[in-house]
Amino acid sequence: MALTSLDALVLARAQFGFTVAFHIVFPAFSIGLASYLAVLEGLWLATKREVYINLFKYWLKIFAVAFAMGVVSGIVMSYQFGTNWSVYSDKTGPVLGPMMAYEVLSAFFLEAGFLGVMLFGMNKVGRGLHFVATLMVAVGTCFSAFWILSVNSWMQTPQGYAISAQGQFVPADWWAIVFNPSFPYRLVHMVLAAYLTTALVVGAVGARHLLRDRANAGARTMFSMAMWMLACVAPLQILAGDAHGLNTLEHQPTKVMAMEGHFRSHPDGAPLVLFGLPDEQAGTVRYALEIPKLSSLILKHGLDAPLKGLDSVPRAEWPPVPIVFWSFRVMVAIGFAMLGLGLWSLWARVKGRLYAMAWLHRAAIAMGPAGFVAVLAGWITTEVGRQPYTVYGLLRTADSVSPLQAPAVAASLVAFVLVYFAVFGMGVLYILRLMAQAPHAGEPGLQPGLPIRTAGVTPAPAVDPDRRLQPAE
Amino acid sequence: MHLSLDLSVVWAFVIAFAVFAYVVMDGFDLGVGLLFRGLRPGEERDTAMNSIAPVWDGNETWLILGGGSLFAAFPLAYAIILPALYAPIIAMLLGLIFRGVAFEFRWRDPGHRAAWDVAFTGGSLVAALGQGITLGALLQGISVAGRGYGGGWWDWLTPFSLLTGMSLVLGYALLGATWLVMRTEGTTRIHARRMAFRFGVATIACIGLVSAATPFLNAAYAGRWFTWPSVLLTAQVPLFVVVGTALFFRALARDAERAPFLLALGLFALSYAGLGISIFPDIVPGRVTIWEAASPRSSQIFMLVGASVLIPVILAYTAYAYWVFRGKVGQEGYH
Repeated sequence: MALTSLDALVLARAQFGFTVAFHIVFPAFSIGLASYLAVLEGLWLATKREVYINLFKYWLKIFAVAFAMGVVSGIVMSYQFGTNWSVYSDKTGPVLGPMMAYEVLSAFFLEAGFLGVMLFGMNKVGRGLHFVATLMVAVGTCFSAFWILSVNSWMQTPQGYAISAQGQFVPADWWAIVFNPSFPYRLVHMVLAAYLTTALVVGAVGARHLLRDRANAGARTMFSMAMWMLACVAPLQILAGDAHGLNTLEHQPTKVMAMEGHFRSHPDGAPLVLFGLPDEQAGTVRYALEIPKLSSLILKHGLDAPLKGLDSVPRAEWPPVPIVFWSFRVMVAIGFAMLGLGLWSLWARVKGRLYAMAWLHRAAIAMGPAGFVAVLAGWITTEVGRQPYTVYGLLRTADSVSPLQAPAVAASLVAFVLVYFAVFGMGVLYILRLMAQAPHAGEPGLQPGLPIRTAGVTPAPAVDPDRRLQPAE
Repeated sequence: MHLSLDLSVVWAFVIAFAVFAYVVMDGFDLGVGLLFRGLRPGEERDTAMNSIAPVWDGNETWLILGGGSLFAAFPLAYAIILPALYAPIIAMLLGLIFRGVAFEFRWRDPGHRAAWDVAFTGGSLVAALGQGITLGALLQGISVAGRGYGGGWWDWLTPFSLLTGMSLVLGYALLGATWLVMRTEGTTRIHARRMAFRFGVATIACIGLVSAATPFLNAAYAGRWFTWPSVLLTAQVPLFVVVGTALFFRALARDAERAPFLLALGLFALSYAGLGISIFPDIVPGRVTIWEAASPRSSQIFMLVGASVLIPVILAYTAYAYWVFRGKVGQEGYH
């Protein structure tokens, strides 16, 4: 029986990880893309240059598909807490439930109010109102991120709660709950990550079409904008990541120990482990490549500052060290690669060869999907690093799981994997197909005949009910 | 019951409302999905899909709102019910995924349109069946141990839950058929009207079967229905069902446009009210009352602030959406 429940726990974690990992990719892309679309439309209104509105229509088609997949994968998430993590739901519901409900309400509000105008209202409402709709969608995606990251951050750095007689977390101070200590850092880090992820995708698409046709105005503009974004935001992201790391050291020290591979305490300055193979059994990092004192310098801003290691906490409190260690390195490596690409593009720009340097374009194409990898790696670092707790220091993962039987979880896990790969695989294929078309002047908007969502109710056709049956253009 | 505002009762009604809004609104669009394979490829199918395209994902939002509110306002109920109904709920979610993307993908990929049409009907069927089984399994009772679910992973599967599953499929098909009667013209409408007759008969039969079986599931259910003098009130429900049924078939026979759909919705509302009479004030029937499952007052108030502003806005917006897209629909789509 003990073995069975352990299996159910592992399977439930696998299922949750799988469905979240799939889901997180779509919002990360749509947050960045919504803001990019707002910038494009704003530039078009300000400069009246055709290229911006063509790019707007080009990326709008991709946004529509990505947004739809984000919505359907999100529905699953709202039920997974209950199916697989019922004890967690019972205990945290009074605190986290209202915040998640706000996420649903605000997301719907945005979608219903503005997405339809943004997607289909270009020729129906005035330019000013359409721009407002685009801006509101961009703001709304960030609003959604606000609530969901507040929920996630509370699980990492809980405060503002009391514990009831039934063992539930109950709210004592909503302000403290929503604005918990790690929340601002996590929100900034995630939103910047979404911007960088989108910039890499836009840059890769621009680079691909530049390789074919260096004169393509749309490709030049999107490549240039994406490279500016990388050059400016990648350094900011590294600073934000560093600040987030210091916050984590303060509130979740064992997570940082695992990230850094610090099995031993270092009373007189800890080295920075660049690479190596963490061995949890032996409590050491094998074949470690280290830079002495650097970890203390980064984390404590002092060469000889003492840093505690995992040996200072009981073994049962350790997160799975190798996963956290490696996912952290993947994230950081990609972050610096983004910075490198941004600096390379600056140099090419200075040389006047931004649109001519084929190797830069090839590198940008290679980096196209890297943002998604970095987002996933960062997410694994922070979520696996929280283990063995769901609510850090208070509620263990093993004590959060539903009373499930392993075969039920196994069967549903298989079903999720098959369905997700089939359905979202097709969706990604459609997105790639859209990206393979070169941007051009007179870019058509969304094709006529496409169904619109709820959302799709636009104010203008309401005035004239007969107009809605007319074929577009 | 106190004279002061009982937030748990308020939230029970908000959630009941969200679930009902979901059932009637996603009900008819799932119903269109169920009937989809019976329509001819090309014009008939395109028209049918376009009649629900502008509203379906707003309809589905009520499902998230219902689930999310249950988690927030009655976390104990959420924690007991969802693991108990694990398989049908996950099947429903997977069905909804297929159906939801079929709307988007069908138009973008004419080469695989036939496959996405199968996914659309299949997803609708699995989702409807999953929801109906969920309802039956909830009604027949859930074993509770401590603050969690105490049963196995097949407990949901009984003749009764299969009956409710089938009932909901047939009922949704009825809603879909009457919706198409209202919204389409020509051959699609003729086909839909024929289906509305068939599924009308089937749905009425199912309402009768489920109503006959329910009082035997739990002595408390029977008590809530047959205690004197409240029976004077509860007896109105089956009476209205009889009247509604007669009106429904008369309207259909007279080839009315809107009345069959509205009367079918009325039958759903009566069935739902009957369900409410059976289980209120329990939230896990026979086990946990709404007061036992409730979040603390501060959680319920915090959320009520937002809900009382945003739910009316959402409702107004939804009404506006339906008004904008009223009338007969062509096969060309909205743009």
